[in-house]
Amino acid sequence: MSVESAEDIKKHVRVYILVFVALAVLTVVTVSISYLHLSTGWAVLFALIVATVKGSLVACYFMHLISEKQIIYWVLTLCLIFFLFLMFLPVATSSM
Amino acid sequence: MEIPYTVHPHPVTGIPNGKLGIWLFLASEVMLFGALFSSYILLRVGAPSWPHGYEELSVPLATFNTLVLIASSVTMVMSWASLKLNQFGKFKLYLGLTVLLAFVFLVVKAFEYGHHFSAQEFPRTSTFLSIYFTITGLHGLHVIGGIVVNSYLLLPGSKMWKKDPDRFANRIEYAGLYWHFVDLVWIFLFPTLYLL
Repeated sequence: MSVESAEDIKKHVRVYILVFVALAVLTVVTVSISYLHLSTGWAVLFALIVATVKGSLVACYFMHLISEKQIIYWVLTLCLIFFLFLMFLPVATSSM
Repeated sequence: MEIPYTVHPHPVTGIPNGKLGIWLFLASEVMLFGALFSSYILLRVGAPSWPHGYEELSVPLATFNTLVLIASSVTMVMSWASLKLNQFGKFKLYLGLTVLLAFVFLVVKAFEYGHHFSAQEFPRTSTFLSIYFTITGLHGLHVIGGIVVNSYLLLPGSKMWKKDPDRFANRIEYAGLYWHFVDLVWIFLFPTLYLL
């Protein structure tokens, strides 16, 4: 993050509280969906969508990724490519 | 010898060296947990049958623990914000709360583990339990690591605030990045293991 004034930090604090509320609500949402006992495909889809939204909120606001320098984005893009490869490898090989 | 670029950004990267270092470390952590998630998918897709997490594990306890970790992430980031606002007392309060919440998480987890062990459920019992204990155990070790680092920064490490406040604020930011990552991993672990 760049150098910020006290006023900027106070604005951040308000955002942190809002993100906390959103994360708590999304936790209740994801647990509620699980009680519907949907088919595995739909359950995985909904669980992953909610988890991705929650993860994005944490990464963007608590970890300040929304206002980071270019080099961090490059490191994480490279990491994401390898991560996705790892995730899709077992699914791709299981059909062989 | 003075360590270069602990506060000021490096001219090439545009950020202090410590920040690049912690992000590279977190990238390696993504791959570590990624390998275990990949193993989970491989085991689940290849298994003739797989139990639902909510039938084997305690969803209410894990939901409570999720809220505890989210709350600890908020207190962690608030401790950093307090330093930026020059409020050292509030910083200590928020970081202390972060450590306390981390202990609460571990106590709940220990209770869960104890319940499994008393029911004769061990990693060797089933493939599901083996991957459950492996991933949650590794995550638990990361929580313990966070407690150690945050406790150091709360007690002896906080002396740096008086002589080098900017550098100390950066240390809290980096410790926070690690702690939010631990929270982030749990956000994906919780539905994967408990709800599906």
